[in-house]
Amino acid sequence: MRLPCPHCGERDLREFTYKGADLPLPEGPDWGPDWEAYLHLRRNPAGETRDLWYHGPCGSWLSVTRNTATHAVAESRPAREPGS
Amino acid sequence: MAYSGWRIIREALTGNAGWRPVWRDPEPKSEYDIVIIGGGGHGLATAYYLAKEHGARSVAVLEKGYLGGGNVGRNTTIVRANYFLPGNSEFYSHSLKLWEGLEQDLNYNVMHSQRGLINLFHSDGQRDAFARRGNAMINQGDDAVLLDREGVRKHLPYLDFEQGRFPIYGGLYHPRGGTARHDAVAWGYARAADRRGVDLVQNCEVTGIDVEGGRVTGVQTTRGAIKAKKVGIVVAGRSSQVAEMAGLRLPIESHVLQAFVTEGLKPCIDQVVSFGMGHFYISQSDKGGLVFGGDLDFYASYAARGNLPRVEHVMEAAMTLMPMIGQAKVLRSWGGIMDMTPDGSPIIDRTPVEGLYLDAGWCYGGFKAVPGSGFAFAHLIAQDRPHESAARMRLDRFATGRGLMDEEGTGAQHNLH
Repeated sequence: MRLPCPHCGERDLREFTYKGADLPLPEGPDWGPDWEAYLHLRRNPAGETRDLWYHGPCGSWLSVTRNTATHAVAESRPAREPGS
Repeated sequence: MAYSGWRIIREALTGNAGWRPVWRDPEPKSEYDIVIIGGGGHGLATAYYLAKEHGARSVAVLEKGYLGGGNVGRNTTIVRANYFLPGNSEFYSHSLKLWEGLEQDLNYNVMHSQRGLINLFHSDGQRDAFARRGNAMINQGDDAVLLDREGVRKHLPYLDFEQGRFPIYGGLYHPRGGTARHDAVAWGYARAADRRGVDLVQNCEVTGIDVEGGRVTGVQTTRGAIKAKKVGIVVAGRSSQVAEMAGLRLPIESHVLQAFVTEGLKPCIDQVVSFGMGHFYISQSDKGGLVFGGDLDFYASYAARGNLPRVEHVMEAAMTLMPMIGQAKVLRSWGGIMDMTPDGSPIIDRTPVEGLYLDAGWCYGGFKAVPGSGFAFAHLIAQDRPHESAARMRLDRFATGRGLMDEEGTGAQHNLH
């Protein structure tokens, strides 16, 4: 599998670290069902998903839209700021 | 008809003409007391113990493909009870005891071979951790022996004891650990369940779970609707999709785990061996192939195939530990889909839907759990309360933070196990 980095172009998988599902942060600091969902519960689709990857050589966090059944990548863009 | 040595001799003398299919291929009925979704090892074992231990008379196993065609037929066949934490410890101990009586119980040769398992350690810190784990295993009533370097050399003379990067300090020896023939486990449970009246329905994919007023009433399938008083989901690898049919979202992410097998060789690796520094493990099948693997690929995937970086990593670990393996040719490799939970331990529990039960999250260790999981899940479904061996396999432990079973001590978060 190769992943496209918006800054560096298509690069080998070895350069990337998977950082899990790309989900919006819950509002507020208090523990509740929204934090439980954010931390633990996953839609976990056999199809299109969006997850975070860290590209080591350029140090950027990426939000990658990817098909988990085929490994095809539809989109790769810089991850947004947390909470936005 | 029961299998025996006498039967084999008789069939051999009469041209093997007397063998018959060992389970029926029934049409699904319109209603059952209990429907089990998933005809893998865990589902078939659940159905068997429902019939045997709880006298259930109306049970169906629904399988979308063929029996045992999923992860139970695609694993590295290791059977062990070397867990440390409460929850896992008593569960796998119970499962290993069931393994030890399984062939007589099922009247089926599952080729369970207690050849011993040795986890190597390579530093003082690792030795301390394994000594502690060994003590926990002994306290649980199981067996563990801490071997020093010379003790390991006696068992495994072919390891590279001379290298300085990852010196072998010793190993934790678990004599009752070993392997079993994975397909035979599925077939043995299928035959035994069928003989007790369970309907094993193949090519029957569940497409919906019917819930009325918070209670399960049945399932929709590619072979028609089936009513049921109770439904069990046992579909590790696809748990999220099936649970979603009942409106549930699970603490599970699916990852790919690769495994490898070499061409058949003469016997050379007698035990199951794991490398403490490279997450590499190996055993030799009865056909002679060296069966080995390493870490997950570490990204969510349903592709059932892995990528080359992990292949390279596993081969490097193999060469570091036992350079002799460089002479062997890899015959094939494959990737399986693992239900990964945040703490790396499984779930056997009720769900918020009444009458709907969940057995999932087996991560990369489901094979050795087949008897224990089936036994405990059958108990949960039949009695509506957990069996004592699996009372801690709770679905809500991530939300509450109580009773997490993070065996590796890396944190109860996704992608860390």
